[in-house]
Amino acid sequence: MSYAAAAGHSLETSTGVDNRKLLMWLFLGSECLFFGSLIAAYLLYRDRSTVGPYPEDVFDIPFTSVSAFILLMSSVSMVLALAAIQKGDRRGLNVWLFTTAILGVLFISGQAFEFTEFYREGLTLETNLFGTTFFVLTGFHGAHVTVGVLILLSIFATSLQGKITQEKSLYVELAGLYWHFVDIVWIVIFTLVYLIQPS
Amino acid sequence: MTLAEYRKREGIEPVDGAGHAVDSAHAEKHPGALEYVQIGSILAIVTAIEVAIYYVGLSHTALVLALIVLSAFKFSLVVLWFMHLKFDDRLFSTMFLIGFLLALVIFTVATSTIGGKLV
Repeated sequence: MSYAAAAGHSLETSTGVDNRKLLMWLFLGSECLFFGSLIAAYLLYRDRSTVGPYPEDVFDIPFTSVSAFILLMSSVSMVLALAAIQKGDRRGLNVWLFTTAILGVLFISGQAFEFTEFYREGLTLETNLFGTTFFVLTGFHGAHVTVGVLILLSIFATSLQGKITQEKSLYVELAGLYWHFVDIVWIVIFTLVYLIQPS
Repeated sequence: MTLAEYRKREGIEPVDGAGHAVDSAHAEKHPGALEYVQIGSILAIVTAIEVAIYYVGLSHTALVLALIVLSAFKFSLVVLWFMHLKFDDRLFSTMFLIGFLLALVIFTVATSTIGGKLV
């Protein structure tokens, strides 16, 4: 059995590649436009607020750095889950998938804590333009992470039933692509939103 | 003529012995666990450097340039190795790059014309 066949990829398509994977990449391309627009809107409006709090008043860089590190490490565990199932190691898949989901939950919890702190400091969705664009951008990212965690947990539950095999590793690969995309979006947000503040 | 047949004819896509297009997404084997851990370690170190640079007290322009370069490096590592674009079919890269470059154009036009600024 060829590697491609073992990976569950159907090759008899008009493009010569698996349509499901092609569709996922097309979706991720469209997501670039979605987040690109939100990030651009944030940069346009963050320093046009007439009332505080302003970014430098609320951001906690050490805390957000830990969150960024957690999400980054979840990408490592995700790709290790894929590597495991591509070798037929179902136990490895379960361990790394669950680890990834836990790290995702930790990241979301951190974001919930951060939002709560900002709210206590007087920054809400309606306070000023910074608050509006910040919460919309990071809120949509958090929603994507939440969807990713649900996808991971559903694959984990399916795997526990013995239904995710080496031949069906494509499902793990597709989930991984989505998860890594969520990670690269945070790489950009962490730099442009948190570390680079108005001069 | 399908895209697969065109790509085969143009030599874009390798073919197997039966004349079927080989999924070049997997023609080259993905990296192993050790390489993934090494990449992850590099990502962690670069993130630490980013945070350190934030506190060093560089001029704003130098800070922005350094952070953007490091961020682009991390972005590339994840996309090329973890998402396998370095090893997968170019069609996947094309799909992603179309969206990414369009987003970059929108971002650049919006920030340069409406007045947002990084530096």
